[in-house]
Amino acid sequence: MDAADRRIRLKTRLFAVIVVLSGAFGNFFLDWGLRKSNTQLSMSPVDYVVAIFDPWVTLGVALLIVWLLARMALLSWADLSYVLPVTAIGYVATALMGRFFLHEQVTPQRWAGTLLIVLGIGFVARTNPRTTPEREIALAGDRPC
Amino acid sequence: MLNWLLVATVVGCTVMGDLLQSLEMKQLGEIQDFRPGGLGRVIGYLARRKYLLLAIVFMAISFFAFMKLVTVADLSFAVPATAGSFVFETILARIVLKERVDGRRWAGACLVACGVALLAH
Repeated sequence: MDAADRRIRLKTRLFAVIVVLSGAFGNFFLDWGLRKSNTQLSMSPVDYVVAIFDPWVTLGVALLIVWLLARMALLSWADLSYVLPVTAIGYVATALMGRFFLHEQVTPQRWAGTLLIVLGIGFVARTNPRTTPEREIALAGDRPC
Repeated sequence: MLNWLLVATVVGCTVMGDLLQSLEMKQLGEIQDFRPGGLGRVIGYLARRKYLLLAIVFMAISFFAFMKLVTVADLSFAVPATAGSFVFETILARIVLKERVDGRRWAGACLVACGVALLAH
């Protein structure tokens, strides 16, 4: 493994952690804010606008924007077939947060699911994050990064 | 019937959204400049990419369809039913994005999809 590969792997792990944490905490705060404010969401867009002014919901939405941007950045160099399973650890993080912060019951099936996800990530994480060459852009001068 | 229509919408839109997003981000190439000016240029460039905007529309439809799904069906049905998108996306990443999907990635995608399905119980 050369220096470029090591750099890509390190960068990929860092962004995968940001994607997982921002996604898990974003969903958690969104759920927490909606529960605390007892917001009832109907088909009306007004309900969504009102809900967003709750500070916890705002924090959740902000973290989900971070999640989207970090995931897009990750996909700029890593394969989709690598990013999807590796960031699925977010499902486990959400289940653990439900267990510890919301005192939800974690059944044996959920622990089995967690184990399967961790095993799956173990398989995928050993592969190279990028298996395709970077594509040439028609307007090379337009490339912003 | 409505449940399965919503599942198909969630899976279809998730797959299309992720695929188009990955396609556009690969066209852009590796982001290396994370300073505010560099990120501003990237966002300006991405705002003009029609497939990326289409990907965001697909993701929004998927999000609202999933919210609707959990109001008409149990979460223990909604999550496993939509976990199949992992496998579909891996197949399409191989065919459309020409990614090299070896045995470890297939095994990983299948294990994760089964794990997500179990988490809903």
